[in-house]
Amino acid sequence: MLNIKDLRASAGGVEILKGINLAVRPGEVHAIMGPNGSGKSTLAQVLAGHPAYEVTGGSVTYLEQDLLDMEPEERAQAGVFLAFQYPVEIPGVSNAYFLRAAYNEIRKARGMEEVDSMDFIDLLEEKLKLVEWESEIMSRAVNAGFSGGEKKRNEILQLAVLEPKLAILDETDSGLDIDALRIVAAGVNKLRSQDRSFIVVTHYQRLLNYIVPDHVHVLSSGRIVRSGGKELALELEARGYEWVEAAEAMA
Amino acid sequence: MSETLLQETDARAGAAIAEGPDWLEAVRRAAAERFAQTGFPGSRDEEWRFTPIGPIAQGVWRAAPTASAGVTREQLAPFTFGHPEWNTLVFVNGLYSEALSTASALPAGVVVSSLAEALRSDGALLERHLTRHAPAEGSPFTAVNTASFREGGVVHVPANVDLDQPVHLLFVSTAAAGGSVTHPRNLIVVERGARASVIESYVTLAPGQSYWSNPVTEVSAGAGSWLEHTRIQRESEAAYHVGLTHVDQQRDSHYRSFSMAMGAALARHNLHVRLNDENVETLMYGLYLTRGEQVADNHTAIFHDHPNCRSWEVYKGVLDDRSRAVFNGKVFVTPEAQKTDAKQTNRNLLLSDSAKVNTKPQLEIFADDVKCTHGATVGRLDSAALFYARSRGVPAAAAERLLTYAFAAEVIDEVALPPVREELDRLVLERLETGV
Repeated sequence: MLNIKDLRASAGGVEILKGINLAVRPGEVHAIMGPNGSGKSTLAQVLAGHPAYEVTGGSVTYLEQDLLDMEPEERAQAGVFLAFQYPVEIPGVSNAYFLRAAYNEIRKARGMEEVDSMDFIDLLEEKLKLVEWESEIMSRAVNAGFSGGEKKRNEILQLAVLEPKLAILDETDSGLDIDALRIVAAGVNKLRSQDRSFIVVTHYQRLLNYIVPDHVHVLSSGRIVRSGGKELALELEARGYEWVEAAEAMA
Repeated sequence: MSETLLQETDARAGAAIAEGPDWLEAVRRAAAERFAQTGFPGSRDEEWRFTPIGPIAQGVWRAAPTASAGVTREQLAPFTFGHPEWNTLVFVNGLYSEALSTASALPAGVVVSSLAEALRSDGALLERHLTRHAPAEGSPFTAVNTASFREGGVVHVPANVDLDQPVHLLFVSTAAAGGSVTHPRNLIVVERGARASVIESYVTLAPGQSYWSNPVTEVSAGAGSWLEHTRIQRESEAAYHVGLTHVDQQRDSHYRSFSMAMGAALARHNLHVRLNDENVETLMYGLYLTRGEQVADNHTAIFHDHPNCRSWEVYKGVLDDRSRAVFNGKVFVTPEAQKTDAKQTNRNLLLSDSAKVNTKPQLEIFADDVKCTHGATVGRLDSAALFYARSRGVPAAAAERLLTYAFAAEVIDEVALPPVREELDRLVLERLETGV
C-alpha cells in the first residue's frame, strides 16, 4: 500500500528526515515512536503534503502512485488521511458544513454523486456513535473553542466519515485524559479493517496498549533505527529512548 | 462643478417652496448657502483624506430622470429577500413609485410613506425630526442633500407598537440614471417602547452605469425602543455612493445596525450614533467586499455623552485586486459618561497583494471609569487552516473560498432577520464564486 524509500525532507534549509525506509501493507498498523525532535511529526506532515516541508530525496509510492507528486487534496481524495497533532480552528464554518464539504469533494473526485445535507446527517448519526458524541457538536465552528480532547475526537470523527485507506495519526494521544484516550482508541479500533492501514505516531507507549500495532519503528535523528513487533514498544517504555539512541551512537 | 450643482439645487429648492413648508424651506436655503461657501471637501480635509471624491466634485451631474421607465415587479423580485409581501417603498432613480411599492396591513398609527406624502400628511412629525438629526453643517454632502432632496422614505412607529414585519426602503437605479445624481432623504422615527426592523437597499438594474447617489438617513430611537437597521449597498460598480446615517438614541433604547457595501466605484458611508441618555445599547456591524479598483470607505462615530451605555462595533472587509478600503471609527466619551463599555473591531482580509486598507480607530475618552477597547487587523488567509481543509480533500481554490466565506459569515450571522441573513450569505457566496 505504502512504500517509502530513502525519504529525505527539510524545513527552512534544515534536514529533518535523513533517509526513511518503510513499507506498509493493507490492514497493518505501524507505530512510529521516537523522542522529541526525531522527525516523527515531520514524516506524518510530509506524507500529507504539508507545504512547509521540502522533500529533498527519495520516493513514496502509495497504491502505485507517486504520492510526492500529488497535491494535499489529491492525496486525501486518494484515501490518505492525517489526524493532526494540533487540529486547526476555523471560526465561522460549522463542523457539519466542513465535514460534508470534505466528504463531497472526495466523492466528486471519485466520480460519485454528492450527498445532500439530509442524507449526510443520517451518515453522521452513525459515525458520531463511534466516538460517543452527540450531534450538537456538529453545529459548532470547526474546532473553535474545543478542548484538547474534543479536537482529537473530532479528528477521529473525520477519519470515520472520510473512510481513508491510509490513516496517519500524529500524536493523537497527546493531551488526552484517560477517558478521552479510551474513546479515541476505541474509535480507531472499530475502524481497523483488512484493507485500511494505520501509521500511529506517538511519543508514549500508553496509546499502544489500546491500539495494538503490528510493527513498531523507532525514529531517531531522522532515521528509523530499530524495528520490531509490539513488544519493542514495551521495551522502549522500560529502557527509555536513550537506549536506542545509545545503540545508534555505537553502531 | 459646485456652481452647476447649486443651480440644480436652486431650481429644486424653488420647486419645493411651492409644496414644502416654510420651516423646511429656510433650512434648505441655509444648507444651499452653506454648500456655496464650503464646496466639496478638499484633499487636506482630514475626514476625506483617503476618499477620492474627485470624480464627484469634478463631474457634471444632471437631475435624475422623472419617469420610472418601465421597471417591472419581476425585475425587483431579486431584491425583496423572497418576501414581496413586506411593506416596501420603491424609488426608481430617486423617484417614488407607488405602482412598484407594496403596502401591507400595518398596526394602527404606523406610517410608511414617501417623504413627499409625509410632508403633506404628517407635517408636525417631520417638523420635529426632518433635518434636525443630521445638520447640514455636518458635511458638504449632507448640505447638498438637505438643499436638494426630493424624495425618500418615512417610517414612523408610534409608542409601544411592535412592527412584526420589516419595512424595506428600496432605491433602484436604471440605465436612465447614467450621469445623474439623486439625494434620497429618509426618516425613521421609532417612538418610546416601539419595535421595528427597517431595511435600506441601494441596488441597480444597470450594472455598468455611472451615477451618483447621495442619501441621508435620519433615525430617532425613543426611550426603550428597539430598532434593527440593515443597510445594503449594491450600486453599479461604476457609480458613486456617499451616504450618511445619523442616529439619535434615547434612554434604554437598543439600536442594531448592519451595513453591507459591495457596489460602487467609490462608496462612502458615515454612521453617526449619539447616545442622548443613560443605559443605551448600540450594536454596529459592517461588511465590505471590494474588487477591481473599488474603494469602500466606512466612517463611524459614536458619541457616548451619558453614563452606563454600551456600544459594540465589528466591521469586516474582504479586498481583492487593486481595491481599497478605508475604516475610521471614532468613539467619543465625555467626562459625564462613566461606566461606558465600548468595543470596536475592524478586521480586513486581503486576497491580493495590490489591495490596500487604511484603518484608523480614534478613541477620545474623557471619563475615567470606562471600559473601552479597539483593535484593527489586516491579514491574509490562515495558511494552517488552508492546509487543514486541503488535507481533508477540499481543493485549494474551494478551501480559499470556504475560509473567506467563514470570515465574512461571522458578521453576517449578526443580522437578526433570517431571510435577509440568508440573502446576504448568498450574495457573498456568489461573489466568491466569481472572484471577490
